[in-house]
Amino acid sequence: MALKLADYKTDVHNDWCPGCGDFGIVNALQMALAEMGIERDKATIFSGIGCSGKTSHFINTYGVHTLHGRVLTFAQGGKLANPEMTVVAVGGDGDGLGIGAGHFVAAGRRNVDMTYIIFDNGVYGLTKGQASPTLKLGEKTKSLPSPNTNYNVNPIGLAVASGFTFVARGYSYDVRHLKDLIIKAVRHKGLSFLDVLQPCPTYNDINTRDWYAGVDLAEESIERHARIYKLEDTHFDYSVHYDDETEVNEKISQAMIKSLEWGNKIPIGIFYQNEIISEYSTRLTDKIPNYLENPPSKQKISENGLPTTDVSSILDSLRV
Amino acid sequence: MSSVDFTWLIGGPQGSGVDSGANVFSKVCAEMGYHIFGKREFYSNIKGEHSYFAVRVSDHEIRSNVNDVTLMASFDAETIFRHFDEVASGGGIIYDSDLDKITTDEVHTIDNYFKERLHKELESKNKPFTIAGVLEIAKEKGVHLYPISFREILTNLAEKTENPKLRGLIRMFNVIAVSLSLGLIKMPLDPLLLSIDSIFSKKPQIAEINKQAANFSYDYAKSNFGAFQYSLTGTEKQPDTILVQGHFGTSIGKMVSGCRFQSYYPITPASDESVYLESNELLEIQNDRPGSTIVIQTEDEISAMGMMIGAALTGTRSSTSTSGPGFALMTEALGWAGINEVSVVITLYQRSGPSTGLPTRHGQDDLLFAVNAGHGDFPKIVYASGDIEESFYDTGRCFNYADVYQIPVIHMMDKFLSSSVVTCKRFDPKKISIDRGLLLDKIDGEYRRFAFTEDGISPRSKLGLDNGVFWNTGDESDEFGHITEDPQLRIKMMDKRMSRLDLVLQRVPQEEQVVSFGIHDITIVSWGSTKGPILDALSVLKKEGIDIGFIQMKLIHPFPTEYVKSLLKDVKIIIDIEANHSGQLGKILKQNVTREIDYFILKYTGRGMTSTEIYDSIKKIVGNKANKREVLSHGA
Repeated sequence: MALKLADYKTDVHNDWCPGCGDFGIVNALQMALAEMGIERDKATIFSGIGCSGKTSHFINTYGVHTLHGRVLTFAQGGKLANPEMTVVAVGGDGDGLGIGAGHFVAAGRRNVDMTYIIFDNGVYGLTKGQASPTLKLGEKTKSLPSPNTNYNVNPIGLAVASGFTFVARGYSYDVRHLKDLIIKAVRHKGLSFLDVLQPCPTYNDINTRDWYAGVDLAEESIERHARIYKLEDTHFDYSVHYDDETEVNEKISQAMIKSLEWGNKIPIGIFYQNEIISEYSTRLTDKIPNYLENPPSKQKISENGLPTTDVSSILDSLRV
Repeated sequence: MSSVDFTWLIGGPQGSGVDSGANVFSKVCAEMGYHIFGKREFYSNIKGEHSYFAVRVSDHEIRSNVNDVTLMASFDAETIFRHFDEVASGGGIIYDSDLDKITTDEVHTIDNYFKERLHKELESKNKPFTIAGVLEIAKEKGVHLYPISFREILTNLAEKTENPKLRGLIRMFNVIAVSLSLGLIKMPLDPLLLSIDSIFSKKPQIAEINKQAANFSYDYAKSNFGAFQYSLTGTEKQPDTILVQGHFGTSIGKMVSGCRFQSYYPITPASDESVYLESNELLEIQNDRPGSTIVIQTEDEISAMGMMIGAALTGTRSSTSTSGPGFALMTEALGWAGINEVSVVITLYQRSGPSTGLPTRHGQDDLLFAVNAGHGDFPKIVYASGDIEESFYDTGRCFNYADVYQIPVIHMMDKFLSSSVVTCKRFDPKKISIDRGLLLDKIDGEYRRFAFTEDGISPRSKLGLDNGVFWNTGDESDEFGHITEDPQLRIKMMDKRMSRLDLVLQRVPQEEQVVSFGIHDITIVSWGSTKGPILDALSVLKKEGIDIGFIQMKLIHPFPTEYVKSLLKDVKIIIDIEANHSGQLGKILKQNVTREIDYFILKYTGRGMTSTEIYDSIKKIVGNKANKREVLSHGA
């Protein structure tokens, strides 16, 4: 029986603020799961801490709400032990790029076949609006006592530099576009990253829905235009087509430059994709040929309560 | 009765082959039927600092080192300066005669603190601050000196083999030192030659040169060194004996127990285990396709812990291995494993803290930390192994505890165990059972991961299992695993989790909780690697007619209060023996059993205890001459 969108929703009360950008992301994720027809028990949503961390409770698949900053570690462990499972990790920008930045970089180097979505709103919402790593230097959101003294992290640039092999940005109020991005990210062979711009209506009074929509720009120009635009409308070629260093470097540089675009024009869509770089399970299979057929979670370790692992050749080599 | 009890010590700069020399010597002795107990001491350094290896050899079971060295083989000056006074009267020192005039100041790796102490001793005995000076002291004590020029050996060898390159091959000093020792104590050389062949199996030319050096040195010692009262001519071989390094117990134990995922971050002395697991990642499985252990080197210990938990949630037996500083980073996630009832095993190879402490030295400093690790109240098991052989079987137990009680288990090991090389009975995998508890393979109907049950343990699904969808959260949760802040549900959930501490005490067999080696008026309570030195000290005392009791604590959290109370009820004097400053087990014992510890025997120099030290301290206690805290200090 085909699964419907409703099948991916739980009856857990959603306590996000009215108008929160997170709703769009959860909806897009549920729509993507339904469209891909992934069985509920064959997917796990891992989440970090904060408002976005509650995401896993709203989705009716396996859900693991982990620790602040550590979501990628749990998710990679789960995926490596059970590679058949679809794994999506979600978390805030403070979670992934502040406390969890080390794991973010290390995960890129591994390139495990899973998806990581950052709910990027520039603030720590659940602790009442402190500045998060993506807030620009000198900006003062509502509850900051003084303007932000730190330079911002560039999530797209950091992902590309760290080795993520699919790097894209979505906008939480363009749910259909985001759903399509999620599907592409999940289907990508390797570690995919989605930076989702997500207005926090309660604490970020700078990057608001109206701001992304360019309402303020209307005052300056005759024609009002949204800040957000789609890379796919610009014939931007994000993909590495050949196993060629020059091409890879070109695509990386291009993504980096594109990622710096901000202000009156903010690109969303896919910045970079490279399926030529080996995915982590391939690296494992190189040394453990039957890893994918017989991964850790499927291995038989005992029979009638007794171990079946035969270590006699090791013990023989220690014999005196 | 002339029983063999012989300690051979080899020392040299790190990177000069001290370890391989000692391993070969140990192997040769083990092949001849002897029991071996070897320990390795080294600095936190790659090349140049002083390291040494003391191998005790006996024809009866031994589980520890003793203070006295019978034969020291040295090829550098520092070894002589640091260890000459450990060689017992009647023992011997093989040394490089070219070093005679070396002064303490010329050895740059000797630190001022040691130098000052040594100078004081030399001054008091009117000796120069040279190798000749310290050797005179040894000689006056009755130690035989066996000088030989190592360079001359190389020169002779170079001439004999018409290979001038050999002249400069100081890398062979270790082989020469071992061969001279074997010649002096009349052991056969063949096992050494075979070992050289296997070590250099891919470099036959180097093997050949080493074998020539070995033959030459061996013959030289036999014909030119004077008499030595000790010889090791072999003894009856024990069947089913293996020679193992410290981490083999837990690593082979993990393979057999079905641990299929290990994540770790490099740290001394724990990472040897993970590297060994990865070196043996492909596993033979009876009547099945090959298995494997996925070993992941992570970016830090936080990640190691997170990955292990993620893997464990898929139903995979998962583990990590770390030491104090790494475990400190793991504690937040440990609480997550606790509140989510995740079955994981953390193998904690302790070393000396606090902070980086003595990074390559021994300590049992982390017992209280392990028991109290993590914020908030959650159940966990802290289980301690006393020796390498035991650690193999205990690894199996730890995984069963984790699965059956669905809680994190901290398996306490330490640096003394990890850098020992010992003979023991071949590990028997058939003595390990595998009990996965309530782990499900199939689910029909509605499923609640944290369903309330009679004994508080819920049937466990795993990520990816058909119809087994559940949620986890570090927040308090309901039966499905969804967040709750309901005060009444909170009580039920806390009680559900915490109640399994009582279950552990009720269901884990008493002989797995505590091992009693006899109870007497004076009884020792201890845990971990002190077991070997204690048992060896007690058997010497017993021969003198002094009976001392000993209970070895294995299950330390939850603490088996009633059982320990019953064991100690008639005991008049309790001695707590531990390698830490504060007597951590003593504190736990006092808290639970509400009895004062009468004496503490403690050591926190970073070096393991010898049975001699424990014997001496107990004699003082028996003779009523001991302090409440006896602090041990033997060892360079």
